Amino acid sequence: MKTRILIFSLLVMAFFGLSVSAVMAQDGLSFCYVIHSDPAGSFWNVATAGAQAAAAQVGADLTAVGSLDPVQQAQFIEDCIAQGVDGLAVSLANPDALRDAVGHAVEAGIPVVTLNSGVDVFRELGAITHVGQTEFVAGQGSGLRFNDMGVSHVLCVIHEEGNIGLEQRCDGVADSFSGTVDRFNVASTGVNDLAGTTSTIQDKLTADSSIDAIITLNPDVGVAARDAIAAAGSSQVLATFDLSPTILQAIVDGQVAFAIDQQQYLQGYLPIIFLNLYNVNANTVGGGLPVLTGPGFVDASNAASVIALSAAGTR
Amino acid sequence: MLAKTDDDRRISVGLFRKVVASPEIGALVGAAVVFVFFSLISPDVFPNIVGLSRVLDPAATLGIMAVAVGLLMIGGEFDLSSGVMTGTTGLLVGLLAVHAGINLWVAIVTSFAFAMLVGFVNGYMVVKTKLPSFIITLATFFVFRGVNVGVTRLVTNQVRVAGIDTIPGFELARTLFDTEFQFAGATFRTSLIWWIVIALIASWILLRTKVGSWIFAVGGNPDAARASGVPVKAVKIGLFMTTAGAAWLVGMMTAFRLRSALSSQGVGQEFVFIIAAVIGGCRLTGGYGSVIGASIGAMIFGITRVGITFAGWDTDWFFSFLGIMLLVAVLLNTYTQKKAAEVHTPKAPPEPEPARSHPETPS
Repeated sequence: MKTRILIFSLLVMAFFGLSVSAVMAQDGLSFCYVIHSDPAGSFWNVATAGAQAAAAQVGADLTAVGSLDPVQQAQFIEDCIAQGVDGLAVSLANPDALRDAVGHAVEAGIPVVTLNSGVDVFRELGAITHVGQTEFVAGQGSGLRFNDMGVSHVLCVIHEEGNIGLEQRCDGVADSFSGTVDRFNVASTGVNDLAGTTSTIQDKLTADSSIDAIITLNPDVGVAARDAIAAAGSSQVLATFDLSPTILQAIVDGQVAFAIDQQQYLQGYLPIIFLNLYNVNANTVGGGLPVLTGPGFVDASNAASVIALSAAGTR
Repeated sequence: MLAKTDDDRRISVGLFRKVVASPEIGALVGAAVVFVFFSLISPDVFPNIVGLSRVLDPAATLGIMAVAVGLLMIGGEFDLSSGVMTGTTGLLVGLLAVHAGINLWVAIVTSFAFAMLVGFVNGYMVVKTKLPSFIITLATFFVFRGVNVGVTRLVTNQVRVAGIDTIPGFELARTLFDTEFQFAGATFRTSLIWWIVIALIASWILLRTKVGSWIFAVGGNPDAARASGVPVKAVKIGLFMTTAGAAWLVGMMTAFRLRSALSSQGVGQEFVFIIAAVIGGCRLTGGYGSVIGASIGAMIFGITRVGITFAGWDTDWFFSFLGIMLLVAVLLNTYTQKKAAEVHTPKAPPEPEPARSHPETPS
């Protein structure tokens, strides 16, 4: 029986192994893409698709990994250094936590480009440039839009604990918005239990009828908020950070007022291209400044044109 | 099955059967299989000293927790608050030292005392209420998950405590708990030394001391243990405090490694600790297991994590792989436990102890 179990487990693992090693065979440059989230989430899979497309275009190997746990993220970076990769693209949601690991990569002569989060520290850590949007500025932009819509009480829904970027978005909204901004923590359910998040938001709306606008910081949570508004039978103005096919359709249907688009495809794509240019042509992009991918706003005026691209997984 | 074992068979059983019957063997075979597998996939980077150093990095902190959680499981209990406590203890040090201006070492000792208190309360509630520890510690888990975020945001207006590396004494604390050192051309971490020492001490206590046989006894059959004079309540409370102490140690390692403490740190890790212990041969119902096995379980975790990264897979597959590993390990363990029962089946009268408590592992 034991031999049979062993053979079974070997076969299963061999299956995994073969199906993967078939994909990665070519020689050439190899890059690591390490993010602070599961690479397959509805936001991150677009960025990851960008990184994969860029790697394919330049004929490089790509290791795309990520974890919400900063210890694991640091360990992934160390793994990449041990492998001797030719470039590291990394999102710095918790800069302190990754300071040492990124420092090791720079010491080892591995070029680093930060993406998505880390605009304040990329230079200090020795990265070539940062590719992303400035969260605070993006938040400010949404606050101004809320002012134009004449609302007075905004709920800023935080779906992840420990992500500084989310806090900065809410800070930005609070900075430019003329009314009240309340933070609402739904991290206990977050994106892992969207049904739970929906009902939590619904309860909040029922409990506090003065809330007349909601901003979510993730498109899945945006959909949850849309459902919560419908379930509560209320009519708050809803906006969200980032796009998904569902959010785009909701904008067309008038359920979501606008979405802040940081074009995360570029946040995966550009770092790999920049790292490749650094390797093959000794180029450094950005001139010491970040390369901004947003904020762009998608509302009823331009949603339709973005829908097809979003369904293809690149917006 | 009782009557089947005749004298001929007992002789042929011998050493081989005893090795097969030890609780670690399933994990050991599993670790070897996973190691060989990933060595074949990434022959250039995986099977060498650098690859080993990478495996040992995640395995060390996990291993420390798996040893403590393994002891607790052998003693028949669970601690679902062990993950979140690694965050709470780190946050407490950060809040005390950075925001209250207390001396770093005083903060570290205070955090330890706090962990001991939580461990004691967990254990005390379990033995007093006789409710499943699963429920009691689930409550503790939720309480601290909320406290971690709530208190941190109240004090810092953020969800993390930054600036731990600006406190006097940080470098020394980091050296003590979790810093890098070079060995044989690769970078290792001091957490590894902690793990090895803790695993050896715990194994010695479990297999060679009276306390160790008490732990097997309270997990295997608490009523019989109580009847034969084992201080069941004290042993259980002590095991909860050990787990909390291990969580404190890992909390210190994480906070000093990351130079900051995050309010979400450790949430969800409690199951990983339990999985490592189970892969290592600790029985979910108590009374059987090994801390060396739990450590090997942590190694399997490290090999799998690093192996998948080196192989260039995305981590989408990690949990599927882990699930298969868990299943295979449990099947192997069930098999070896059956063999263990055969080896220990008392046929001749002078056989000392039935299979229940299992201290005579060759290690």
